[in-house]
Amino acid sequence: MNAEVVAETVPEKKEFWRWQESVWIDETKDWKTAKIITCGIDVGSVSSQAVLVVDGELYGFNSMRTGSSSPDSATNALAGVMDKCGMKLEDIHYVIGTGYGRVNVPFAHKAITEIACHARGANYMGGNGVRTILDMGGQDCKAIHCDEKGKVTNFLMNDKCAAGTGRGMEVISDLMQIPIAELGARSFDVDVEPAAVSSVCVVFAKSEALGLLKAGYTKNKVIAAYCQAMAERVVSLLERIGVEEGFFITGGIAKNPGVVNRIERLLGIKAMETKVDSQIAGALGAALFGYTLMSKKAAAA
Amino acid sequence: MIANYGYKDGSGEYYISIDTDKCIGCTAERACLTACPKQMFEIITDDYDDEVAWIKKPNCRTLAYDCSECKPAGGYSSLPCTTACTPGAIKHSW
Repeated sequence: MNAEVVAETVPEKKEFWRWQESVWIDETKDWKTAKIITCGIDVGSVSSQAVLVVDGELYGFNSMRTGSSSPDSATNALAGVMDKCGMKLEDIHYVIGTGYGRVNVPFAHKAITEIACHARGANYMGGNGVRTILDMGGQDCKAIHCDEKGKVTNFLMNDKCAAGTGRGMEVISDLMQIPIAELGARSFDVDVEPAAVSSVCVVFAKSEALGLLKAGYTKNKVIAAYCQAMAERVVSLLERIGVEEGFFITGGIAKNPGVVNRIERLLGIKAMETKVDSQIAGALGAALFGYTLMSKKAAAA
Repeated sequence: MIANYGYKDGSGEYYISIDTDKCIGCTAERACLTACPKQMFEIITDDYDDEVAWIKKPNCRTLAYDCSECKPAGGYSSLPCTTACTPGAIKHSW
């Protein structure tokens, strides 16, 4: 059998989990006239973001999947947004790395934890009324309290298991063979809201989901059961530190209404809305930290 | 700032909370560092440039096992870390 025949007979493997990568630039601003340009690089376990802040305002970002190398992921994320606006690394005054790969950002001047950066980013995105932040990342989940300046006052992180994380949702997306962006909407297309599957382990949740399909559940009903499990999981984390008004969700799962609505229902409060991509909160916070540092330096000089 | 280190899994919730405001300018001379038999505590400079204690990363995922020897079943009537921390910055959730 020749290679051509093999290529015809092997079915194409669809990546249902693959979420939309994006690059954005604020065309109304001109970075060439800016006094201070800072950059935040968030190298997460699943996604990497590079955010450019010009004179303290969001200018552009690139959000893409993290590769096998943290330095390469950081370099590629930044290259993506710089290419879009014709900027070079020398034009950026300060770079801060964050996320689990923060110490592996080769061109970063400083590293700051994603907890502090998410709080700062959420404060910018949602305003100074933000008090409780839920970051649903790729492989961990964080509950954060902050003050009116975006300074962390209480936090809790759970990175031991993938339940309640973006990776868990990717697993279910592949299992159901439904694009990840459609899961949220489909979870509401059920006659009766099902009970949650396991909320403590993605492996258990996956095998439970398979069992439910065999028992006659529709795909939508299984997705609803998983979204409910995820919501219950993160709400139990949030309740440990308490939830105050000014509730804000960051991370990729904030784009999944199936999970967000169920969290809101369980907590009895609405999450604050923003026009900015929820996935860039960490990198945005890092860039804003850089801006504050540079402003202080400039004022002292 | 209250920093919660630990996790929740199928067997329960295991968190050690450190009130870093009480940690700054520690009046117990960082006694937590030596009090813990597993030496889980470490002094770091946090994101706001304060020198505070935290739990070493690998221990954050194994607290239920790491702390078991210091619980009543291990022969202790009070936890060595919370006893040594006289400002009262350290608390266990279980």
